[in-house]
Amino acid sequence: MIFFELLYTFLLIGIFTFGGGYSMVALIQDEVVVHHQWMTSQEFTDVLAISQMTPGPIGINTATYAGYTAALNAGYPTVAAVGASLLASLAVILLPIILMLLVCRFLMHHKDNPRVAYTMRVLRMAIVGLIAAAALQLLTIETFGTPSFNRHFISSTIIFAVVFTFSYFKIRNPKFKFLSSPILLILLSGTAGFLLYQI
Amino acid sequence: MVKYCELFATFFRVGTFTIGGGYAMIPLMQREVVERRRWMDEVTFLDIVALAQAMPGVFAVNMATQVGYRLRGVAGSLVATLGNILMPVAIILLFATLLRQYSHHPTLEHIFMGIRPAVVALIAAPVFTLARSSGITWRTLWIPVLAALLIWLLGVSPILVILIAIAGGFLYGHLKHSS
Repeated sequence: MIFFELLYTFLLIGIFTFGGGYSMVALIQDEVVVHHQWMTSQEFTDVLAISQMTPGPIGINTATYAGYTAALNAGYPTVAAVGASLLASLAVILLPIILMLLVCRFLMHHKDNPRVAYTMRVLRMAIVGLIAAAALQLLTIETFGTPSFNRHFISSTIIFAVVFTFSYFKIRNPKFKFLSSPILLILLSGTAGFLLYQI
Repeated sequence: MVKYCELFATFFRVGTFTIGGGYAMIPLMQREVVERRRWMDEVTFLDIVALAQAMPGVFAVNMATQVGYRLRGVAGSLVATLGNILMPVAIILLFATLLRQYSHHPTLEHIFMGIRPAVVALIAAPVFTLARSSGITWRTLWIPVLAALLIWLLGVSPILVILIAIAGGFLYGHLKHSS
């Protein structure tokens, strides 16, 4: 039964996500693509594209879309898939909310404890590795083409390099912040894809 | 006392107009909660940001839960959180159904062939910006590198890596503190 598996998986993803949306993306990818194989790496890349273009937290968006696609790929009808997507997005926030409320009530004063502070520091460093692994796992032949002198590989590499540069240097100069907005970069690469492959 | 519908409407608006992840939500939420509605002062808001970052889960949802809780207790936290995610979930479902229907259309496939490498770059770039902000030095570089290699090459679950990091960090803090 995919619904129980989705519930369990996304409860787990929710409580083990530390440090923002991209670490949740890394966890969702590992569970949904590598472990359960509910969708292919390429489908997951498309899910990420849509999640970054639409409003809202990227973790919620990815969970919603992943739940939907997983149920459809498992052969369930659209209505059940919508149910599965709502289940995934509620499951992913349930345990953090409960924990958050408990902390608001009881544990506020522990945040300056040196053990807690060191734990958070090491955790933040490990999460950088987590996101790096997610990016490495997305470097597939389906997405970039076979490495040789062909249109697909060369175009993909150029698009990757340009988007990476704009996205990386946004912190350096706030004046060009609008140029590095994910939504603009995705729209431009979509246009590039249309011009490169369609015509 | 803040009305539930006002709380819902505020977070509905913040959720609807945030594009590009949780951190993009901070200035928007601050403008609504601190400057416009004056529900709390700047310092309290910054405390909320810090705790939302430290706790597991979706950052924006952690923010909404805390603000809602401070204003109207547990019910308030649920109202704020649901308001925050309602529109994003609805929009993503709309996109999911539409894309599914036209996913084999050649034009759409060509557009996505251009988008996919861009998405990988958008995930890769924060690795380097986060490496800076998380205080990684040459001495601690092995931590993220080891974590990435364990997951990428050996197929170790990221959850296990997180648990090891928590245990290791706590132990290190404990030893350092007691010596």
